[in-house]
Amino acid sequence: MKRILFTILLASLLLSTGCAPAVTGIQSIQPTQAVASAPTAFAPSTQAPSGDTPLPTDTSEASTPSAVQPGQATRTLTVMTHDSFAASEGVIQEFEKANNVKVNFVKSGDAGAALNKAILTKDAPIADVFYGVDNTFLSRALNADIYEAYASPLADQIPDEFKLDLKNRALPVDYGDVCINYSKAFFAKNALAVPASLDDLIKPDYKGMLVVENPATSSPGLAFLLATIQKYGDPGYLDYWKALKANGVVVVDGWETAYYTNFSASTGKGPQPMVVSYNSSPAAEVAFATTQLSDTPVGSISAPGTCFRQIEFVGILKGTKNMVLAQKFVDFMLDVPFQEGMPLSMFVYPTNPKAALPDVFTQYSKPAPQPATVPADLDTKRDAWIEAWTQAVLH
Amino acid sequence: MENAHPQGKCKFSIMVLSSLRRLLPWLAPAVFLGLFFFIPLARILALGLDFSFLSGFTQWKVPISSVFLPRVFNVLGFTFTQAALSTLLTLVLGLPLAYLFARFEFPSKAIFRALTAIPFMLPTVVVAAGFTALLGPRGWINLALMAVLRLDQPPVVFVGTLTAILVAHVFYNATIVIRIVGNAWAGMEPRLQDAARTLGASPFKTLLHITLPLLRPAIFAASLLVFLFDFTSYGVILLLGGPRFATLEVEVYIQALQMLNLPAASLLSVVQLLCTLGFSAIYSRYISSVTAVIRPRAAWQNAQKPRGLRQRIVVTGLLLVLVSFFLLPLLALPLRSISRLEADRASTVVSAPGLTLDFYRELFINRRDSIFYVPPFLALRNSLAYAGVTVCLSMLLGFPAAAALARPGKLEKWLDPLLMLPLGASSVTLGLGYLLTFNHTLLPPGWLPESVNLNLLTSPVLVPLAHTTIALPFVIRSLQAALAQIPERYHEAAAVLGASRLQIWLNVVWPIISRPAIAAGAFAFTISLGEFGAASLLVRPDYPTLPTAIYRFLSQPGALNYGQAMSMATILMLVCGLGILVIEGLRLPGTGDF
Repeated sequence: MKRILFTILLASLLLSTGCAPAVTGIQSIQPTQAVASAPTAFAPSTQAPSGDTPLPTDTSEASTPSAVQPGQATRTLTVMTHDSFAASEGVIQEFEKANNVKVNFVKSGDAGAALNKAILTKDAPIADVFYGVDNTFLSRALNADIYEAYASPLADQIPDEFKLDLKNRALPVDYGDVCINYSKAFFAKNALAVPASLDDLIKPDYKGMLVVENPATSSPGLAFLLATIQKYGDPGYLDYWKALKANGVVVVDGWETAYYTNFSASTGKGPQPMVVSYNSSPAAEVAFATTQLSDTPVGSISAPGTCFRQIEFVGILKGTKNMVLAQKFVDFMLDVPFQEGMPLSMFVYPTNPKAALPDVFTQYSKPAPQPATVPADLDTKRDAWIEAWTQAVLH
Repeated sequence: MENAHPQGKCKFSIMVLSSLRRLLPWLAPAVFLGLFFFIPLARILALGLDFSFLSGFTQWKVPISSVFLPRVFNVLGFTFTQAALSTLLTLVLGLPLAYLFARFEFPSKAIFRALTAIPFMLPTVVVAAGFTALLGPRGWINLALMAVLRLDQPPVVFVGTLTAILVAHVFYNATIVIRIVGNAWAGMEPRLQDAARTLGASPFKTLLHITLPLLRPAIFAASLLVFLFDFTSYGVILLLGGPRFATLEVEVYIQALQMLNLPAASLLSVVQLLCTLGFSAIYSRYISSVTAVIRPRAAWQNAQKPRGLRQRIVVTGLLLVLVSFFLLPLLALPLRSISRLEADRASTVVSAPGLTLDFYRELFINRRDSIFYVPPFLALRNSLAYAGVTVCLSMLLGFPAAAALARPGKLEKWLDPLLMLPLGASSVTLGLGYLLTFNHTLLPPGWLPESVNLNLLTSPVLVPLAHTTIALPFVIRSLQAALAQIPERYHEAAAVLGASRLQIWLNVVWPIISRPAIAAGAFAFTISLGEFGAASLLVRPDYPTLPTAIYRFLSQPGALNYGQAMSMATILMLVCGLGILVIEGLRLPGTGDF
């Protein structure tokens, strides 16, 4: 009998503790959250001591405007994006403060999945702004007609080479090159020359040394497939891939597995010394090292035609009820403060040339000089190419 | 004749009343599953299901019927084969371990039992990392073999094979068999076996003709759950099997989220749902023909310390198997979370490899001032809160349904297979259904003050609700198998002696089912702790869970991120292990006084 009472007591206890955060969640939301994490967010060590940065530094100031009276509804702007999106809290707070709004980010899977969710919900959009469609999927987004056109005044600052939609429905925010990365230690130790072209990769010298991602499930995988299609054409790319397969290319489902499990220069210490990744990975290895590194352990091959340039876009979703705020947010993403934050938070390059690059980028990474770009018939052939690739390489 | 009419009326109203009474226990679970499973599923299937695409070309101009249908059959064949093989292997490992836990007392039993449950809630990325660290090309086993045998190439090829898929499935699901079958075994009347032995049957004959037949309902229940989990497997296939293997769920993911081919994705989901329904129907048909009612015993009476050399060898051997199968891959993670491997990577690096607590320290620092930074305690609190709500909800909803299923009428025979559907539904499809369904406030505007958020997609309440839909089939199945064991005459005897319904429940039913009920609670707890999909669906990043935090670290390069992901995973493992110990500890104070 006693035990039953005990059990019931415990169950009700569990229930009450369980419900507590849920209940606070139902009521009005953000301020406590934002304020509570703010002091830890600005660890002194990360900030320049000079204090010349106008951005976050003073947390007490930052917290006051967002401490909204209970019951008063704050405006929220919802931004839908992919899982790799990252930004610094200070930069976002700057926007929130200036516009008296809470920005809510909705991470919706990888780049392809996030876009498809935006398309599926276009009749009742779950967000105001969608960031993260890249040039390999842009045509799908434009065909599905999910964007409102917006000629941002800041678009003038951005070079034309990045602007792929002349109607200004999708505006270019950042770019990055999908390149083959290699373990510097491996090539030095074995006195092996680093491959200088896609052709080199099918040489017996490099047998079993490359790991790539499945283009059906991974966006860098698709980017690398497109680079080979640009180089060898359709159906020539299939012969190239068959040769790669004969030379022991390893295919995995996504970037995490390729980089962390298979790649030998990452912590996974895998069997392949070459991986399809980003040209910024060498810089990221230094920035995220456990100890101070004097050089990056990863190199990036940037020979002409071996890399594919991914450009990522932002657009305002049709049906938004916050048009003015959404436009302001698009401006904000194209403006210098946000653009300067992107390299170290997402390891991509800003499209706005006025944005200065951090040291670790100028030192360890550089954009590929002649990257491959989107093939003209991508929109109609994308899925057929992937299907044919699957048949040739996986089956 | 004159009397006939009122009598008939009376009979009729009794019939109505009794059928209402039969319906009553179903009300809560039916409303719940309707809202959070059937409606979202119907919404997405209504949008996508369109068989016309088979007769022509897709919007991508690929001829469909000739390519698509053979592929569906291929995928279906592989899905079925790997699930059947995995289930079989899970039984091969799980049944002896169930015997071990049911029949023997040994030191640290609760800890060993908790150990077997930890894999069940680990995110697949973490499990894959554990197996790779152990059995991968540069895993310990290969490194050791290469050193000892002086080989140039790693001798064990594990990642990217069918073996990897099967081993990971057994690793994940053995706990289901251990718990469900183990509980039934522990509560079994031992006198039948004793009688058989006295009459001269060999231990093997007794096992074959007495024990296993009595365990059949539990074995079937466990096998069905294991099979469904393997049948809808997705992360394990992608991460450990690699792109050469595809189950239905993997195809649904590719078609729905990468190709945006909703008709194909919907068709595949429907195939998967129909298969689930079929398996569940076969199961419930079969189970009703084999359930034997015997006098159940309190579990503690059956477990003894191993006596004699043979029993000691058996117990030690089984414990060795358990430790090497469960502990080695699990140990790989905490080890990775405290080791620095940097020095092997580039000759230019100054510091030496060694042990470090840096990754744990870094968890508490938001170095990049990231807006998505997750403080570890916040993630822990959210995870525990979600798990707590999930346990309570699924028990509250599961008990009445399980009680009704234990004494099945016509209604139950129909409803039974439907209850298993959430386990067989494609999580990708259901996730999209949630997006479409819960993206509106449930009530018209103006009915409630603005501060009350009824848009479930932006409310953290959605997470435990989604977890409950997955946990409910588990809870119902484990409770049902236990309740079915209780002979009807126990109720009758108690009632004759003047016990009220509540008294009967507290003094007769609960003591018998307390152990399976606690096991069911532990299942709900682990399902919620490890679940990632629903938590990532939520349109608010303010309520991250431990698995979401792990994924955030893993999606960026660099040793630091990887190390932090491993230390978060270690924290998740510890919390889960402790949680299970606490839940199971509930029954410890005096299991004997009933």
